[in-house]
Amino acid sequence: MRVAVVVFPGTNCEHDVVHALSLLGADPELVWHRDEDLADAAGVILPGGFAHGDYLRTGAIARFSPVMQAVEDMAAKGRSVLGICNGFQILCEAGLLPGAMVANRDLSFICRPVDLEVTSTKSILTATATVGDLLHIPLNSYEGNFIAPPADVKALESDHRVVLRYHGENPNGSTNAIAGITNERGNVAGLMPHPERATEPVLGSTDGRVLLESFVASLASVPA
Amino acid sequence: MSDAPLYRRLGLTDDEYERVVGILGRPPNEAELAMYSVMWSEHCSYKSSRAHLGRFRHDQEWVVLGPGENAGVVDLGDGWLAALRIESHNHPSYVEPYQGAATGVGGILRDIFTMGARPIALWDTLRFGPLDQPQNRYLMQGVVGGIAGYGNAVGVPTLGGEVEFADRFSKNPLVNVMALGLMRKDQLVMKAAAGAGNVAILIGASTGRDGIGGASILASASFAEGDEEKRPSVQVGDPFEEKKLIEACLDLYDRSLVAAIQDLGAAGISCATSESAAAGGMGMDVDLDAVHLREPGMTAAEILMSESQERMLAIVTPEKAEEVLRITKKWEVEASIIGKVTASPDLRVFQSGQLVADLPAASLSDDAPIYRRPAAMPSYQEALWADLPDLPESVDIGDALRHLLDDPALGDRSWIHEQYDHMLFLNTVVGPGNDGSLLRIKGTEKGLAVSTDGDSLRCYLDPERGAERLVFEAALNVAVTGARPYAVVDNLNFGNPEQPAVMWQFTGVVEGLASACEALNVPVVGGNVSFYNATDGVDIYPAPVVGMLGFCDPMPQRPPRLDRAAVGMEIWLVGPEAGTDFAASAYSRIVLDHIGGRPEAADAVSARSVTEHAARLAYSAPVLHDISQGGLAVAIAEICVKSDVGAMIDVEDWRLLLDESPHRVIAVVPEDFDLAVEDAPVRRIGTIGGGSIDFGALGSIDVTEAHHIWYHALRRRLSLLA
Repeated sequence: MRVAVVVFPGTNCEHDVVHALSLLGADPELVWHRDEDLADAAGVILPGGFAHGDYLRTGAIARFSPVMQAVEDMAAKGRSVLGICNGFQILCEAGLLPGAMVANRDLSFICRPVDLEVTSTKSILTATATVGDLLHIPLNSYEGNFIAPPADVKALESDHRVVLRYHGENPNGSTNAIAGITNERGNVAGLMPHPERATEPVLGSTDGRVLLESFVASLASVPA
Repeated sequence: MSDAPLYRRLGLTDDEYERVVGILGRPPNEAELAMYSVMWSEHCSYKSSRAHLGRFRHDQEWVVLGPGENAGVVDLGDGWLAALRIESHNHPSYVEPYQGAATGVGGILRDIFTMGARPIALWDTLRFGPLDQPQNRYLMQGVVGGIAGYGNAVGVPTLGGEVEFADRFSKNPLVNVMALGLMRKDQLVMKAAAGAGNVAILIGASTGRDGIGGASILASASFAEGDEEKRPSVQVGDPFEEKKLIEACLDLYDRSLVAAIQDLGAAGISCATSESAAAGGMGMDVDLDAVHLREPGMTAAEILMSESQERMLAIVTPEKAEEVLRITKKWEVEASIIGKVTASPDLRVFQSGQLVADLPAASLSDDAPIYRRPAAMPSYQEALWADLPDLPESVDIGDALRHLLDDPALGDRSWIHEQYDHMLFLNTVVGPGNDGSLLRIKGTEKGLAVSTDGDSLRCYLDPERGAERLVFEAALNVAVTGARPYAVVDNLNFGNPEQPAVMWQFTGVVEGLASACEALNVPVVGGNVSFYNATDGVDIYPAPVVGMLGFCDPMPQRPPRLDRAAVGMEIWLVGPEAGTDFAASAYSRIVLDHIGGRPEAADAVSARSVTEHAARLAYSAPVLHDISQGGLAVAIAEICVKSDVGAMIDVEDWRLLLDESPHRVIAVVPEDFDLAVEDAPVRRIGTIGGGSIDFGALGSIDVTEAHHIWYHALRRRLSLLA
């Protein structure tokens, strides 16, 4: 069950995602952003970092990387596509998820664990979690403040496509405290916090496991 | 100024110029003069400090490489090596704080991956003037922003550091960065160019007109009015370019494609080509027409002196050159073959077919003058020692904590480290906000701890004693994570070395550092000297910074942290008797507004036994905390605010709570915990519980109030508009 972990120039969380997926028994493989063929992957993860230096605007250049056509094809086929942090920003730029991320409310980079609430299980990211679960997972971003046109926000909310919300304090000013969303079909998801940073007791939290386990579980039932 | 001969404008003295003429047997041309001026600058040549640095020992068997290479390297067993290095970027950060700090990060990272190691963590030690002055707020916000902006984007976590504020740093902030790298033994690469006929490949960013003369004009002279014009000497960093360069270089090493490699930092191509050739006992022919340039029309001197960032010089056997270019292209990094290693000892530089520089390669790196500058104790020193703080009969510790926790250096520093990615690579077991950082090495049971420490006020009051105590404090800071002191790098920040008082401070600090490292049997594997930290004739406090690497195998699975105290636990003090050391204490400085007296000398025997004991306790104690600034009272308060618990303390003399005698640790442990040891005195001083930090007859403070003061100490000062 191969998971493609995409490496853009400037990506930096790829080895962490591979490490966490390996702990969960998945079979991750790094894929360079110029690769155009992901045909034998059951799922794909766009990890965090600063793809193309985040120059121009986060994700704005990455969406034109050659690999993105294959990512779009996978999304269209119903295979699992997950964007973490910078990967989430890229999925938004590519139009695979609605909305965009702007600078944090306090205009400063935030690196610390935050509390999240699972608000929907209708996604490859939250399918094996329970609504109401509280998760303690590190956030690590400057542009983590989710915005979208009111109609899109309304649709996300009414379709239960907001899958994760900041619980208690809203760290970055994100609309409706949104931390993670999914598409209509539930096979494309993105979140700002880093579940791969919370998968081992020695690192302080294992709350990220349930999210990555959901993703790995979804691979068993992907359409060909 | 403009009437002065060119060599003087480039920072060379008359004697140094004559020395160049002697080496060449003729006057140097402009390009050659440019090369000597940067390579013989204080920054590159260590001409004022070199005579003293031999005092540091590094002959322990676990040392793979000591000072002299780009980074020190130590052996961790089972085929693992760690590379470590510390560097200053003080002057650039004053002139342009964001880019100055950012390029400081970029430069130190190149020193690490030049050795073949992947950089895995950074620490920052910062010194600014008081934050009630707008310019200091601007500098601090710019510096922290630059470190965050570069470090986060380049993809190397910043795990912490330390910060200090004093008037003397108002017009001369200090920005020191330490980096740690990890590699397998067979990945180690050196800088020495070997083999005539090998080619030199310049990899990375294009060469532009930025940073010209940074090392000579900016870093090796004091500041005075009108120095805004030095701004063009500051380089501009591009973390994205560096990230690609790291991955490209590590890929080249994995494929064994490079024979040697050298990063381009201060003095750019002049330095990299001459150092690489000289280290291998070879020469080099360099073709400046082959250098990929950012703009046309650059002169030979400009290309040779440019300090454009994110560049490396790889020495490659000719048959592998094509493969190297293929790999760099894959990583979207530019590369040009710019030279060839020669058997002659000369560095020959060509432009447009003309020979524009021809000099012995080793003369740039090895023939710089060495100065034994006069040293003399400053005239004010004895008066300073005699000026003791006027200690009151009794002190309300609650009130004292209200002042101390409000100090920006003692309060919560998370405003700084929450702007840094400190978790990348999944190695961070103990992160910022604790005494020392602890990283795991994945796939092993090994752990690496790091603490960076400085205390310029104590070193001002007594350079030798202050420096000695820094080393012992850093050792304790790694010990409380379970690690044993394993290697030291130091960053020696001083004023103008042409002042005998400054050289007296320098030699005292060197002696203090060296003797403490010897007492702990810890090698000094590298360092950096930054002189001329003086503005308008005012020298900074002597500000050595110690970067201590600790090592443990196996690593504790649940090492102590400051936030693990819980109701019912007992508070123990481990260490010798105290109560008398108030010179350079936070209490004297902040509450009494007094600077004077002579700090107590360290005791190597106590230092060793307490450090050893702490490293053992770290495998079972929930909380272990080194007592430093603010003494026992502040150490207890830090544990309480981080664990959100109160404490009842039973100490009868206020002096024991606020003095800063060395070699002491607090342990917070469950009731039935056995702390007994033979050679380190222990004493139970209180219990965790209640809603206040209660010192009985000596006063108290509510935990919520203490937390509020502590949390806002730095934030409220920085929230003022710059």
